[in-house]
Amino acid sequence: MIFDYAPAPESRSVVRLRDTYDLFIDGEFTPAEGAGTLPTVNPADETELARFAVAGEADVDRAVAAARRAHDTVWSRMSGAERGKYLFRIARIIQERSRELAVLESMDNGKPIKETRDVDLPLVAAHFFYYAGWADKLAHAGLGRDPRPLGVAAQIIPWNFPLLMLAWKIAPALATGNTVVLKPAETTPLSALVFAEICQEADLPPGVVNIVTGAGETGRTLVEHPGTDKVAFTGSTEVGRQIARSVAGTGKRVTLELGGKGANIVYDDAAVDQAVEGIVSGIFFNQGHVCCAGSRLLVQESIADELLPKLKERIGKLRLGDPLDKNTDIGAINSAAQLERIRELTDTVEEEGVQRWSPSCELPSAGYWFAPTVLTGVSQAHRVAREEIFGPVLSVLTFRTPEEAVAKANNSPYGLSAGVWTEKGSRMLWTAERLRAGVIWSNTFNKFDPTSPFGGYKESGYGREGGRHGLEAYLG
Amino acid sequence: MAKQRRTAEAPKPPRLAVRKTYKLYLGGAFPRSESGRCYPVTSTDGDHLANAALASRKDARDAVAAARKAFGGWSSRTAYNRGQILYRVAEVLEGRRDQFAAGAERAQGLSRAAADEAVSAAIDRWVYYAGWTDKVAQVLGGANPVSGPYYNHSAPEPTGVVAVFAPQGAPLLGLTSVLAPVIATGNTAVVVVSESAPLAAVDLAEVLATSDVPGGVVNLLTGRVPEIGPHLASHADVNALDLTGAGDLAAEFEEAAATTLTRVLRPGPGADGGEDAWLDPDPGTARMTPFLETKTVWHPIGV
Repeated sequence: MIFDYAPAPESRSVVRLRDTYDLFIDGEFTPAEGAGTLPTVNPADETELARFAVAGEADVDRAVAAARRAHDTVWSRMSGAERGKYLFRIARIIQERSRELAVLESMDNGKPIKETRDVDLPLVAAHFFYYAGWADKLAHAGLGRDPRPLGVAAQIIPWNFPLLMLAWKIAPALATGNTVVLKPAETTPLSALVFAEICQEADLPPGVVNIVTGAGETGRTLVEHPGTDKVAFTGSTEVGRQIARSVAGTGKRVTLELGGKGANIVYDDAAVDQAVEGIVSGIFFNQGHVCCAGSRLLVQESIADELLPKLKERIGKLRLGDPLDKNTDIGAINSAAQLERIRELTDTVEEEGVQRWSPSCELPSAGYWFAPTVLTGVSQAHRVAREEIFGPVLSVLTFRTPEEAVAKANNSPYGLSAGVWTEKGSRMLWTAERLRAGVIWSNTFNKFDPTSPFGGYKESGYGREGGRHGLEAYLG
Repeated sequence: MAKQRRTAEAPKPPRLAVRKTYKLYLGGAFPRSESGRCYPVTSTDGDHLANAALASRKDARDAVAAARKAFGGWSSRTAYNRGQILYRVAEVLEGRRDQFAAGAERAQGLSRAAADEAVSAAIDRWVYYAGWTDKVAQVLGGANPVSGPYYNHSAPEPTGVVAVFAPQGAPLLGLTSVLAPVIATGNTAVVVVSESAPLAAVDLAEVLATSDVPGGVVNLLTGRVPEIGPHLASHADVNALDLTGAGDLAAEFEEAAATTLTRVLRPGPGADGGEDAWLDPDPGTARMTPFLETKTVWHPIGV
């Protein structure tokens, strides 16, 4: 007899949605001057959750001016210890409101509540807590005896980890005495706007944090605004290039956390069951909407026949569906546009000689969904081995020797993450040493921590977020 | 008899000096520019000193290829070994200090005292960075106390091939100050040296070539920044740019670098100065960190 899971939905009652969200400038919610709005929908059922203001040039001007004022008159003059106490206070409020934020994030983003509750929100609070403690210890960070804030930081974040990316941007910026104007992604603005409420609740001085919502045009206006001293961006490599170009010659500092095509190398002596779990979390965590996803599985040829059936069996047990259901493993694709992008990259693979496999998996009728997919018979030349898909699609390649594994792993313009699975320590270290990537997970994958620097080599961007290294991006 | 008398009567002509042909330094060899071109180099008073090779776009590309080829070997040397080699550069330079001081007097119009000071500082700069090679990872890296049963460790690694635009007005000490940190950290370098005073760089190449610096680790181009600079700035196999000597073209090069997310060190204070702008004996890590990547490795802890 087979028992199925009963529905176990998390209650939405903790979330109080407004019909329309204004911009957050100088400590107040304020309408955009153009008064245009955009909708944000729940990607799991395509219902509209709320509308939000679209910031134009005048609004970005106001936000930058407020941030400058706050920087010059309050925040950069405050003692580090006092700044730190504001950040500790914010961390505590986030912990208190974490259930609400987790549910809201799952509704706006489509990711499973299991992840927002157990991964995103704990990491968000921890990030503020970690950088809070740095605020009065900057002289000990190895960045000079009296490191100074840069000024006003323009920060642009993506939709895959909306609140976590906000934390990665705002916590180090504020700890170092900078003020910020942050633009969340247009498909996931809501948790940033609740964060604005938290700033009010914490009595954070007006103008220290400003949130401007909108689409690409708002982002461009913010990046090109002459009144900022720093641009921090997480998103696609293509937009990263544009930002690097537009910042050239301005003297603004810039850090970029961009795309990836992470290789996950499994040697023949790996603990296979553990490797299978790591491969699954490497690519299917957050529907594969992860820049550091292990999207290229490199498996040693001699164990491919043993590993792949186990992998498929495990993938067959993943539960796809309602993001708010506590048993859900795979939620919704974040937007129609992203779903289209995943389809566009995968629709023709079979014509190119690639074998495509998905478990039998019923997709909900409304919303944006993509079944977990494994592509075998992939070669280095295939688009699915070279381009970032940013979805639940795993490309499988094989190798014979360690040298070949490293060569294949490094054969990418990206260099954000990589995985190594082996029971032999010397082989793990040998491999990790040769991989040209910023984060190497050995016998694990997709682990994050505020103390651990994160960021890429090559076209995955520059600068690090997290840890002592993350302070460098905001100090002059 | 007549022959002997002539010798005794005519004054002995001064020995004809063997002049040096100043060439590029590419992949450990000293080729002329593939373009066959050269340009006249004069002293600050306008006296002709020598002809220098006028490097072409092709030379720049060859230099990048040589630097890439050398990167694997150089970056995998032990830090101790790199330190010993940089120290050897200082030793060989010390042995030739009169040559470099005389060159600086002639080419830059420095007083002998100022020339000596610049040469001494250049020698000491190699010693300084020789000492950094096996300390920088400890200063910039370390253990990260993650909240879970994981070993987590970050360490700096060289970014790869660095294209260096050396300071225009500081051809020896300035050049040393920008080059040494790049190779101390395990990167390989393609350097566009001072256009108006390139001879010290070619002399330095002879020091490098005899100091166990592997061929290709340092490649020196004499020529014009506006001609070869754009090709280095946009080259997809260049990982980082040092724009110190790029002058008015720095912003343009930074924009070109964006296409492949090439790391950029912008011109800092002293970029336009003479050798005396580079005398600070303790420049710290500021010229190393822009050319380093941080790699973080995780591993579970358990039985």
